[in-house]
Amino acid sequence: MANLPTPLERFVQGILPENPVYRQFLGLCPTLAVTNGLKPALTMALAVGFVLLCANVIISLIRSLLKPHLRIVIFTLTIATFVTIVDRVLAAYMYQMSKTLGPYIPLIIVNCIIICRCEVCASRQSVTAAAADAVGQSIGFGLALVSIAVVREILGTGMLAGYQVLPDAWPDWVIMVLPPGAFLTFGLLMALVNWIDAIRTEKNTGRG
Amino acid sequence: MASAATPVNENRPAWLRDNHLFQAWLVLMLAIIFGTCLAAVHINLSDRIAENKLNESLERIPGLIWNEGQGGTSVDIVSGKIVVKKEDRTLYYPVFKVTDEGKLAGWVVKAAGQGYSGSIELLLGLNPAGDIISGLFILEQTETPGLGNKITFPDWLDQFPGQGTKAPLMVVKGGQTPPGAIDAITGATISSKSVVGIVNRAVSETRGLLTPEHIQFVERSQ
Repeated sequence: MANLPTPLERFVQGILPENPVYRQFLGLCPTLAVTNGLKPALTMALAVGFVLLCANVIISLIRSLLKPHLRIVIFTLTIATFVTIVDRVLAAYMYQMSKTLGPYIPLIIVNCIIICRCEVCASRQSVTAAAADAVGQSIGFGLALVSIAVVREILGTGMLAGYQVLPDAWPDWVIMVLPPGAFLTFGLLMALVNWIDAIRTEKNTGRG
Repeated sequence: MASAATPVNENRPAWLRDNHLFQAWLVLMLAIIFGTCLAAVHINLSDRIAENKLNESLERIPGLIWNEGQGGTSVDIVSGKIVVKKEDRTLYYPVFKVTDEGKLAGWVVKAAGQGYSGSIELLLGLNPAGDIISGLFILEQTETPGLGNKITFPDWLDQFPGQGTKAPLMVVKGGQTPPGAIDAITGATISSKSVVGIVNRAVSETRGLLTPEHIQFVERSQ
């Protein structure tokens, strides 16, 4: 138990050092699919955050009852329940957004971030650590989605969250809001993150 | 921490310990609890979701009767359902009667059917006599993105308004569209045929029934 990270470490790790998208390469389906605008990206990040928090807390509460060969079933059951709740709530209160996100809300059930956090953290650590982990990872996921969505929406439509930010003369790069734009943006941002990381490591080793 | 629960199991008789249902007690219990929660969520929200769907249909309806920019001054939409009696069963078509200043402006029929990868739900606008299509809108579909989902694009749907309903619409390939024919989307012939099929079936099944006597109108709550 002693070598497991503390709640604070879990929280901080999720945001950048173990960012679910840029560092763990998890949850890439929504990352690529719903980042053509800031609003759907934020909604998706909030939905995943809610499901992750609820699933992590519940799994952590029942972690002493889990049997190794039945744990995945229980993770999936818990995740599917909260995803269905999110899906219904969106359809009831944010109908247009629910239509925009379409199948990607039900697809959170198979989002690897959540099942990974249940397995790595919630099924082994206290509720505090699991909750801190969920919040940290959700912020990390949200940052990743927002970073991609901002680039794609601005370059693709000249707007951000529906407001014009670039001059009208901007020739909208339509490809950025289409699927290839998701791969291009993700690849380039990934390269940027790795480049910054490489520089930092070099500096640290140079000094050390 | 996880080892704390193991000794309890050791005390149970072997037949109980090896029983799959007993091993899965937590799964079963969670399934019941979660199921109850979901039922509660559904009971609380289903009316609201149905209302959202209805409002979406209502918003689309004027565009299915009139061209963009035109339209009535005091439009009134009354919803109801057409009862279609077949030999062995009875079908219901949700229908909207559109009036403008008290005069009948057209009908909008909601129809659904099987597409290439899931069910397709659409709104079909007809003129007051029911013999000319005035508009078509796809409410729900799960066709292949990039191919089949082009059935929702206006440039494809624009082929429908003006078509007569005396004879079933045909699907043709290759861009030539004589009257009564719809050009199939390249790479999505099945999706195109599905939409045309749903339209043809809705037209033939509601033929002669688009009169107030055949429609059960819904009393409005307001």
